Amino acid sequence: MQLTGYRRCSGQVGIRNHVVVLPVDDISNTAAEGVARLIPDALAIPHPYGRLQFGEDLELHFRTLIGTATNPNIAAVIVIGIEPNWTERLAEGIRASGKPVEGFSIERSGDLNTIREAARVAQGFVQNASELQREPIELGDIWLSIKCGESDTTTGLASCPTVGRVVDQVVDAGGTVLFGETSELTGGEQLIAERCASDEVRARFQRAYDDYVSMIVSKGVDPFGSQPTQGNIRGGLSTIEEKALGNIEKTGTRPVVGVLGMAEAPKLPGLNFMDTSSAAAECITLMAAAGAVVHLFPTGQGNIVGHPIEPVIKLTGNPITARTMSEHIDLDVSGLLRREMTLDEAGDRLMEVVARTVNGRRTCAEALGHREFVLTKLYPSA
Amino acid sequence: MAMHKFLIHNKGDDVGVATEDIRRGEEVTGVYMDTEGTISLVARGDIPLSHKIAVNDIPVGGAVTEYRVKIGLATQQIAAGDYVHVHNIRSARWSFDK
Repeated sequence: MQLTGYRRCSGQVGIRNHVVVLPVDDISNTAAEGVARLIPDALAIPHPYGRLQFGEDLELHFRTLIGTATNPNIAAVIVIGIEPNWTERLAEGIRASGKPVEGFSIERSGDLNTIREAARVAQGFVQNASELQREPIELGDIWLSIKCGESDTTTGLASCPTVGRVVDQVVDAGGTVLFGETSELTGGEQLIAERCASDEVRARFQRAYDDYVSMIVSKGVDPFGSQPTQGNIRGGLSTIEEKALGNIEKTGTRPVVGVLGMAEAPKLPGLNFMDTSSAAAECITLMAAAGAVVHLFPTGQGNIVGHPIEPVIKLTGNPITARTMSEHIDLDVSGLLRREMTLDEAGDRLMEVVARTVNGRRTCAEALGHREFVLTKLYPSA
Repeated sequence: MAMHKFLIHNKGDDVGVATEDIRRGEEVTGVYMDTEGTISLVARGDIPLSHKIAVNDIPVGGAVTEYRVKIGLATQQIAAGDYVHVHNIRSARWSFDK
């Protein structure tokens, strides 16, 4: 199937063509949503942070917002913040990508005037974006992210190895794949370390892993029940190691070429590890901010997450989930459990879903309006 | 030959995963996904779909293997056919012993 997408001036390829209204901070959500009400094809992305953050936490906030806005699935961006300085900081960070952007601050204008002015610009952005054309693209142009959720033992048997097949194909075509979930590698972290492309990459991976686990251990409480989750346990997963080994199946078999900080864009094509939380929306938000344009999400018990601008494709190997939550499941691979299909066939079916999604078909999460956007916060604000 | 009711990732693993609900006393067949070999045993407990059945005996404190890798330690004596879950195994990594 010929793939099509939007070639942006950054050189990256998008598969959606959103115009976004992005607040800098929590108190600008209302104005951003006001603009989106007036201009229905503009998408507001509200979030709860952006005030009085400092240091590394503030850097991550801006890196995530700038990264999200410069994601090639977005054509143009309206930025709204309470005060002009940080509003301009975000707008300037986006402008560097060559993408149309305009910032508006609310102080000395109020919500109503800000909405009026921003809506006029948003209208123009929407009309201009509607003229952009899809062009033929290659599989190697795709930046894919992967993360599973509400895993159970069927994840490791069926949905994760199915994703692994597609990951290998994308990597072999010259594409870029992001995986993360640092804590959920526990018990299988040595398998990832062995696949690191160099000693330097391996050392960075090991440091990221050790730091995350140290953070968890420093809290002094057994995370059992949170990690593995109650849903994981209900689905038959007994330990973090068992969960991790199923999780790792989705990374395929190719070398790990890069180790990335949160929301950091990969420098090399191929399979890249990002140091992230294993919470679905936090992880996908960071990966979309790094530039991923489509996400593969294997689920066991039925995590229903979506993202505002990165389509999330869900697959399950659990026949109960496929039956009872069918509106959330883009691909049912429970035939693998019954040995009615091979892993190669499951991989082919998933690749077809990816191709149709790239070419514009809405995922279940998009059609249902799942737009979870969850910023990772490193520590309390000042 | 009866249809399989559980799958085992790798030859040598201690546990398989039920692909249908299994009842106590039922004789069930499992398939090794790497070798296509089969194993038959009598289930010693009710095992819901996606939960684990032991294919080997495991002593208390013994390692439990799945995917050819240790996934935890037995907290009770486990016999082939037993239901294996949080009541009789625990993580060997995140153990915050009381």
